[in-house]
Amino acid sequence: MAIHTLAVLVENSPGVLARVASLFSRRGYNIDSLAVGPTENATVSRMTIVLNLEGHALDQVSAQLFKLVNVIGISEMKDSDSLKREILLVKVANTPANKEIAKKHQAVIADESASTISLEAVGSSAAIEALLNDLKPSGIRELVQSGLVALERGDHTLADRTLSTMGTANESDPNSSTADYQN
Amino acid sequence: MMGKINGAQSLVNALEAAGVDVMFGIPGGAILPAYDPIFDSKIRHILVRHEQGAGHAATGYAQATGRVGVCIATSGPGATNLVTPLADAQMDSVPMVAITGQVPSAAIGTDAFQEADIRGVTMPITKHNYLITNPDDIPRAIAEAFYIASTGRPGPVLVDIAKDALQKETTFNYPKTVSLAGYNPVLEPKSEAIRDAAALIAQSKKPLLYVGGGVIKANASRELMQLAEITGAPVVTTLMARGAFPDSHNQHLGMPGMHGTVAAVTALQKADLLITLGARFDDRVTGKLSTFAPNAKIIHADIDPAEIGKNRHADVALIGDLKNILKALNPATKAALAKSAPDLTPWLNEVYGWRKKFPLGYDKPADGSVSPQYVIERIGKISGPDTIFAAGVGQHQMWASQFIGYEKPRTWLNSGGLGTMGYAVPAAMGAKVGAPDTTVWAIDGDGCFQMTNQELVTCALNNIPIKVAVINNESLGMVRQWQTLFYNQRYSNTDLHSKRVPDFKLLAEAMGCVGMRCEKPEDVDKTIEAAMAINDRPVVVDFNVHRDAMVWPMVAAGTSNDDITVARSMAPVWDSQEL
Repeated sequence: MAIHTLAVLVENSPGVLARVASLFSRRGYNIDSLAVGPTENATVSRMTIVLNLEGHALDQVSAQLFKLVNVIGISEMKDSDSLKREILLVKVANTPANKEIAKKHQAVIADESASTISLEAVGSSAAIEALLNDLKPSGIRELVQSGLVALERGDHTLADRTLSTMGTANESDPNSSTADYQN
Repeated sequence: MMGKINGAQSLVNALEAAGVDVMFGIPGGAILPAYDPIFDSKIRHILVRHEQGAGHAATGYAQATGRVGVCIATSGPGATNLVTPLADAQMDSVPMVAITGQVPSAAIGTDAFQEADIRGVTMPITKHNYLITNPDDIPRAIAEAFYIASTGRPGPVLVDIAKDALQKETTFNYPKTVSLAGYNPVLEPKSEAIRDAAALIAQSKKPLLYVGGGVIKANASRELMQLAEITGAPVVTTLMARGAFPDSHNQHLGMPGMHGTVAAVTALQKADLLITLGARFDDRVTGKLSTFAPNAKIIHADIDPAEIGKNRHADVALIGDLKNILKALNPATKAALAKSAPDLTPWLNEVYGWRKKFPLGYDKPADGSVSPQYVIERIGKISGPDTIFAAGVGQHQMWASQFIGYEKPRTWLNSGGLGTMGYAVPAAMGAKVGAPDTTVWAIDGDGCFQMTNQELVTCALNNIPIKVAVINNESLGMVRQWQTLFYNQRYSNTDLHSKRVPDFKLLAEAMGCVGMRCEKPEDVDKTIEAAMAINDRPVVVDFNVHRDAMVWPMVAAGTSNDDITVARSMAPVWDSQEL
């Protein structure tokens, strides 16, 4: 499986996005999507990075990322134990058929004119893709998508572990596929 | 202490508080406010002739002393001239702090005069960097910079300070401790990993200590010696580790890699266990990675977790400070070997046999001209093992690694990772400033020398009496060697004509140094001795050497270590039982 999702807590300092982007570019890691936003802690931002790691080991990517001084913690968000959502805004023709598709996919009609409707959908990558597949035959005027965001299921938070655990994980287990780097 | 001062004074106070005794730099517009308090500071500021010289001098100082090297430059071109030394220090894990002035904060982003986004430029080539626009942030940034540069895996940190932050009023508050949420290097290895490593060592019939520059960074030479003696395993020291283990020691096989000894390269290929200490499986050591050390399990000890598994899978990873690792590993290994110790005799007979059969050597030129290897070998012999040697990059660098015997850490300085031509003279200058009572030789090539020799002016004016051997083969020698071997002797743009122009002897004298020239083998010793006798000025010796000498052995780039050649088209002749 070459696609991985990493949640990365970073210090909310100038240049931190450039540092992460520069690292990925320099080492040839492919980013499928990147979402950055504030967190419950004003000094910390959270990045959700979807990586296509053909030819690179996740451990190595995490270790390189963790070397950045502004990176506080990294955790892999696996499909089995995390919530993953994307946002889609899409403009299509204002037709009964398209409204029917919106209803079927639980997409909200966020804006409507005589000739177009703009739909808003939140969901997994698969759900968003399914909606788009239904809309495609009648034509998509314009669409914009957010990067994926992910949150661990259950009581755990990444911040808790980041504050409570010092040191790096699985340092002597290079075969491990998960990569939690915590400070 | 708490009175109002300007940001520039706060910067100088912070550098003093960080323990800086010397810095190398050049003033200019944006950094000018800082140079006013520098005028009164107890910190020695050495005015260099090019910012690249300041950067490599800081590196030479750091590598010779183990302390953080400091350089300072103005914005724009001053800062961009530091890019090469910063990249160099990043590749070779050198603790360095670079201070640069930046245009006033209101002008940042307007393409102002002498503006360059040096924080952006240096992001991928520094361990960390800062852009400071608020004078109150200066002491903390300096304290963090020194902390980050000198701890964990050492590296360069750049602090870019806007001119108005240097001019505005502030109060000086140097933090007593530094705490960074995202930076906590692991120093102590895990005990289970130590146990696993000791167990692997106790099972190995063909162990090899693969020693890298991290051993020198961690000041762990003594602990390395203990491990070598506990295990009895042969030792190879990489280009960055020369001096970490004495060349005179019986277990030492020399340097591995593209121009390593046959014994060192072959031992890596045949070992069943590599005990890797502060080394990073660089391509110049491994050759074609898929064929590297095919039979070996790997113990990989490093302070940088990202090195583990980067190029080669590690069977046991030991993450931590190497001194701590070895202090834990040595007794654990001793205990494990006490229970069961395989007989290493067949392996040792084999590797020491290779060493005996394929020693390093060179031919004397048939035309009676001077052999470059001979010059370098004699400088090593006459100067002795207390001398610090700084090399440029190319053939002379490889010969200086091969033909000088290193007995102590921090006596061999070179640009290993980045391969920076022009490193030698400024690095030697920095080393001499850090170790003023030690003889410092720059072993340079005629190509390298012409990139940074202007710092000899700095040396002459600041009582920094280094010695420079220009190994003058009037070519970009290593490139020429590749043209000889791989480009049908088509010597495109490698002929420097430097036996005609410039006249290095006159050039040296013009820069306030003693200039000498040596053109005959019989004059080599007395020229070196004459250079050794001069201690009040820098000395430059132009050794005119044969231009066709080549560096051997060689593992051609991208090929397997198994295909090492000891001379042109000449593979080692093995006994049949060795194959």
